Amino acid sequence: MSEIAGTAVSRKYSMGVDIGSTASKCIIMAEGKEIVAKSLIDVGAGTSGPDRVIAAVLKDSGLKLEDMTHIMSTGYGRHSLEIAHSEMSELSCHARGAYFQHPAVRTIIDIGGQDAKVMRIDENGILENFVMNDKCAAGTGRFLDVMARVLEVKLDDLEKLSAESQNEVRISSTCTVFAESEVISQLARNTHKRDIIKGIHRAVASRVGALARRIGLVDDVMMTGGVALNDGVRLALEEELEHDIFTTELAQYNGALGAALFAWQRSKKKEI
Amino acid sequence: MTELKNNAQSNAAPPAETEKPAKVWLREVVEKVYQDAWDAKERGEPVGWSASKFPAEIAETLGLRVCYPENQAAAIAAKHGGQRMCEYAEALGYDNDICGYARISLAYAAGAGGDERPMPQPDFVLCCNNICNCMTKWYENLARMHDIPLIMIDIPYNNTDEVNEENITYIKAQFDDAIKQLEEISGRKFDEDKFAEVCANANRTAQAWLKACSYCQYKPSPLSGFDLFNHMADVVTARCRKESAEAFEALAEEYERNVAEGKSTWRYDENHRIMFEGIPCWPELQKLFKPLKEKGINTTAVVYAPAFGFVYNNMEEMIRAYCKAPNSVCLETGVEWREGICRENKVDGVLVHYNRSCKPWSGYMPEMERRFRKNLGVGVVGFDGDQADPRNFSEAQYNTRVQGLFEIMEAQKKGE
Ligand code: SF4
Repeated sequence: MSEIAGTAVSRKYSMGVDIGSTASKCIIMAEGKEIVAKSLIDVGAGTSGPDRVIAAVLKDSGLKLEDMTHIMSTGYGRHSLEIAHSEMSELSCHARGAYFQHPAVRTIIDIGGQDAKVMRIDENGILENFVMNDKCAAGTGRFLDVMARVLEVKLDDLEKLSAESQNEVRISSTCTVFAESEVISQLARNTHKRDIIKGIHRAVASRVGALARRIGLVDDVMMTGGVALNDGVRLALEEELEHDIFTTELAQYNGALGAALFAWQRSKKKEI
Repeated sequence: MTELKNNAQSNAAPPAETEKPAKVWLREVVEKVYQDAWDAKERGEPVGWSASKFPAEIAETLGLRVCYPENQAAAIAAKHGGQRMCEYAEALGYDNDICGYARISLAYAAGAGGDERPMPQPDFVLCCNNICNCMTKWYENLARMHDIPLIMIDIPYNNTDEVNEENITYIKAQFDDAIKQLEEISGRKFDEDKFAEVCANANRTAQAWLKACSYCQYKPSPLSGFDLFNHMADVVTARCRKESAEAFEALAEEYERNVAEGKSTWRYDENHRIMFEGIPCWPELQKLFKPLKEKGINTTAVVYAPAFGFVYNNMEEMIRAYCKAPNSVCLETGVEWREGICRENKVDGVLVHYNRSCKPWSGYMPEMERRFRKNLGVGVVGFDGDQADPRNFSEAQYNTRVQGLFEIMEAQKKGE
């Protein structure tokens, strides 16, 4: 057994790399139980993001690529990671990551850079079904990017500003381009930015809420992906769906976490 | 024993190796439909364009040659002419929200070319809105463009499982009127004996088509279900012809042989079996096919089998049959059809094409999806695309969804 596996170090670690459309995330886990290092870089597929994010976790952990028993890639750019031993769709990885964080989870709402998806998982954390947005960018992180740019506010400030809103404005278009012109005309009317932002969050929530209703909500409901960090959207979704929706500080890393867990599982299988 | 076998062989039809493959035969039948139309045009006879579910028996009985714009549009799209034709139609003022088949056909009628599948311009058009209501406006435009007669059969949407008597009376009157108009156009009398013969051919074709489709029930399947998308051209354009019945019978025999010999036109693993819901993205067939073959996912159910495989014994039954097109039946009937073929063909997943062209078909899919999930307990996944306009399809999005479906099916298989 020890002969096959080599050093103790080489049997311990697995890596998950989630290459999204707008960000790259990487996690190293020890024995599929504990996160050793994690990193996130705000550029995704087709950029230097994947290389940099991997270099960052290796540096943080003091480990080398050779120490990884298995590397799994996921996300939009999953096919392009040469060092990966295998790949899996972000759907299964999100299911696994969420289940690891909170075994009672049954519904996962993930809003990423260019897609939104709702997944149902069973009591063993296995993906049962999912729905994704259509080709339209409405209800995705990209929608919020565009709106933040038009409003000249930082993406990170959207949450704080919307919390201050007293008088929410209705943004009725789901199309990003139309919504952008609605926002511009609100600005021209001197509507307060915080009220427009609240309306934007509501628009995302109603779009994603419709997806969630299609697959049917079962508690516990967890929100993942970069947009989950914006509490304005999470709260709007709670109202929209009349369900408690929780998130964790690993929301953005959830796909990479799932990939690292699957990677560990695969390396164990090989050993057997 | 050996002798007997040899004797039997020498008396029988030529051995399989020398026989023309059914798919070649089927292609020739469709070619002949178009050639006959060109020949008729050259003889100075009027040639029609027909909706795929207009009662073809009427024109056939009167010896009128017709072509099928939906089939033409699919062929043009499959040969990558879809975008060119759609853009031509858009420049004429047809919105890009209109069905891609309609845009391609209107562009062709307006003289945009279409060498991928040429057919003579029409002298009359036959429209039946059991397919959809977009068809009505499309054919009205064709008629206006060429200043030619439009023979219209209006089939009310069926809110219930059964077709009610009022509708039968209403449609029967329209059939009679269509016969009268087409008698005038053709200059011939409607011959009841000929009509009976044509109907017999149509029934025989339908039965053979259903039989061929039924081979998907075998596990592993002796065919790739995607083949049916190609073969359905015959059931659309030539269902009243004896030749298409014979070609489908030959196809069924080939499948039968495949079963006996353990062969299949699906040349990959059959790890999973799915229903493909909707019309395929003709311009992107290779891209649709790629992740399916890589993951060993065979399509063993398509909705066309029940939709075009109808058999009837008299005029009233024929009318009832024409009332049942995919977009003219109520949700309950539509779900029942599909769940029936999913069970018979033992699928473990459903891949739904949200087709930007076909609003009616895509519009009811979210509710159907929900019911499939509940009733069949299988993974159901949708993707965005278009049957004819390649601008509405994203390969990366499609691949992720297929991979997700695959992972669900794998997990369910392991859990079994
Ligand atoms: S594809 Fe759909 S919209 Fe287009 S003609 Fe056929 S049924 Fe109508």
